[in-house]
Amino acid sequence: MNDSSTVTRILRLTRLNQVIDFFPVLVALLLALVVASILLVALNANPFDAFSSMLQGAFGTENATAETLVKATPILFVAIGITVAFRGGMINIGGEGQMIMGAIAGTTVALIFGEGNGFITITLAMIVGFIAGALYGGLAGFLKAYFDVNEILSTIMLNQIAVQMMNFLLNGVLLDPADAGINHIPKTARIAEVAQLPRLFIPIGEPAIFERTRLHYGLLIAIVLAVIIYIFLWRTAMGYRIRAVGENERASRYAGINVKRQMIFSMLLAGGFAGLAGVVQVLGLQYRLQTDGSPIGFTGNAGFNGIVAALFGGLNPIGAIPASAFFGGLLVGAQKMQRDLGVPASLITAVNGLIVVFVVSSEIFIRRRAKRRVSVESSEDNLKKTVEVKE
Amino acid sequence: MIDQIFTASVFASAIRLATPYIFAAIGETFTQRSGVLNLGVDGIMLMGGFMGFYVVHLAEKAEVLASPIGLLLGVLVALLVGALMGLAMAFISVTLQAKQGISGIGVYLFGLGFSELLFQQLIGTPQSVEGFQRIAFPFNLNQVPVIGEIFFNHNLLVYLAFALVPIAAYVLNKTTFGLMIRAVGQNPEAADAMGINVAQVRYATVIIGGMLAGLAGASLTIAVGKVFQQNVTAGIGFIAVALVYFGGWRPYHVMMGALLFSFVNALQLQIKVIGLNVPSEFATMAPYVITIIALAFASKRQEQPTALTKPFERGE
Repeated sequence: MNDSSTVTRILRLTRLNQVIDFFPVLVALLLALVVASILLVALNANPFDAFSSMLQGAFGTENATAETLVKATPILFVAIGITVAFRGGMINIGGEGQMIMGAIAGTTVALIFGEGNGFITITLAMIVGFIAGALYGGLAGFLKAYFDVNEILSTIMLNQIAVQMMNFLLNGVLLDPADAGINHIPKTARIAEVAQLPRLFIPIGEPAIFERTRLHYGLLIAIVLAVIIYIFLWRTAMGYRIRAVGENERASRYAGINVKRQMIFSMLLAGGFAGLAGVVQVLGLQYRLQTDGSPIGFTGNAGFNGIVAALFGGLNPIGAIPASAFFGGLLVGAQKMQRDLGVPASLITAVNGLIVVFVVSSEIFIRRRAKRRVSVESSEDNLKKTVEVKE
Repeated sequence: MIDQIFTASVFASAIRLATPYIFAAIGETFTQRSGVLNLGVDGIMLMGGFMGFYVVHLAEKAEVLASPIGLLLGVLVALLVGALMGLAMAFISVTLQAKQGISGIGVYLFGLGFSELLFQQLIGTPQSVEGFQRIAFPFNLNQVPVIGEIFFNHNLLVYLAFALVPIAAYVLNKTTFGLMIRAVGQNPEAADAMGINVAQVRYATVIIGGMLAGLAGASLTIAVGKVFQQNVTAGIGFIAVALVYFGGWRPYHVMMGALLFSFVNALQLQIKVIGLNVPSEFATMAPYVITIIALAFASKRQEQPTALTKPFERGE
């Protein structure tokens, strides 16, 4: 019995093994921070000042924390969807477009049924938004399953198409009638008050925590859905099939799983959650669908940030919750850093890219550890068998 | 009205606009033929585009460096930046064997953010440069009606891009290096058994792809577009990757795909200019819709490198 197998045994017993699997993600973050610091120094900024300014901006005050969570909400919705997609082996970059489609559909519903029962309107809008996003994602899944179209490329194209679609509708059919004119802002009418998601606050103190902030129920819905999806992926047969296709497409096919159907299904779910992100943004925060003409005018890049958050959360919906909060903090904090130190917020986009690269690059180390674990365990079993036979 | 849409200038624009696509797509063809998918092309284009632009911008402001030297420096810097990012991408994809699709997106995000960051710090507001000018052909070929405008009215980089296509085809199909690339892309195990260093070949192709992507970005900012702004590429790099699929991994077909695409682009610009009653958003949408359709019906099954996106480790 050599030393490494004893250590492995202890690690296994104390479950530290699984915790250590998160180390690469943390190391990736550390590396990204180091590179970011180097960049900051090159920009004549003090990294400590920059980071503390970001921290202040993200969590320094009650309002700041609320804004961080507000930013985190759509990111979390998208991240949940991306997690499902990635686990199913589908790389969904279409969060932006799916979010837009969901928002268009959901806002339309909310505007049409505005004056009726609020609860029904909200639920209906969310369902329709989910379906719209799901169909948009499912389209990419279908193209992959039956036409072998690389889903990264198709979803990127679909993103651009969705932006144009939104611009077209917001400047035309969906334009707020009260604002139609030459110099109008592309936005819809405001949705009725009953259709708006209520504000979310913690009922402690007077005034209650978060009561006078923009924090809304969308966050709670997202967290609940994250838990549900976790249970779905790891405790149901459907979730198992999704993960099986993601891990080993060939083996799944031999095992009788309809791979094409799973591909489309994963993308349907992923698109649906991104669509929800869009609806919830409208119902809970802006109360209308509005853009500034730029591709991220409505989404605020939540589609891309959701991908990074999903990776950073270890492709686990529960992990996506703190990861999204972290990214919300990054975005909000970066704005303060830009105000305080003049460092452009685009640094965050670059750092996001670094995080993605580092996290994905660390997979090789996890795989090597897993291989070693398997070979050590199996050699132990072989040893035991030999001993038994001899006796 | 047809003659208003299909003017000579539209065809000329199509040729000119195809330049960045051709550079990037030919580079990516090399990369993918060896079995590596580099989705960070757009990010590399942005970085190469910015650095080339910045050098030319400085040179023109200083008026010290004679214009051709400034342009040459700009191109060299873009190539260097592209090579560096290609090297990083090669390390990530070949040595670390990271999942190639998503690592490319990471490189893209990095290039997007960093180029914008540098732009805001070093330049600030959108500017334009003189950049590459039209070449004056002998015998007044520029003035020849129709043909002259379409074919003889471009700058050096445009002609370079089109010249690259037969060179790429020759290298891929008629040289030993090209043979090694193709072998590594189709069957890395067999190539390895024959003594080809798979990792080395892939490093080479990814770096070549990076250099050409950097050059593509520079062609956009100092030759074809002559301006830099945030996200100046607007996804051209991704379309270039799609073009490789569409062109069946063959340089001439990739070039045809690029021409088709930029022709649609030039058309939709012309339609906007003459104010046809087509909503501008649909015109803008058209190239992306076409790309998806092209991807769906691409004749790729014959030539798709079998090992595309699959990392190779000896002894597996």
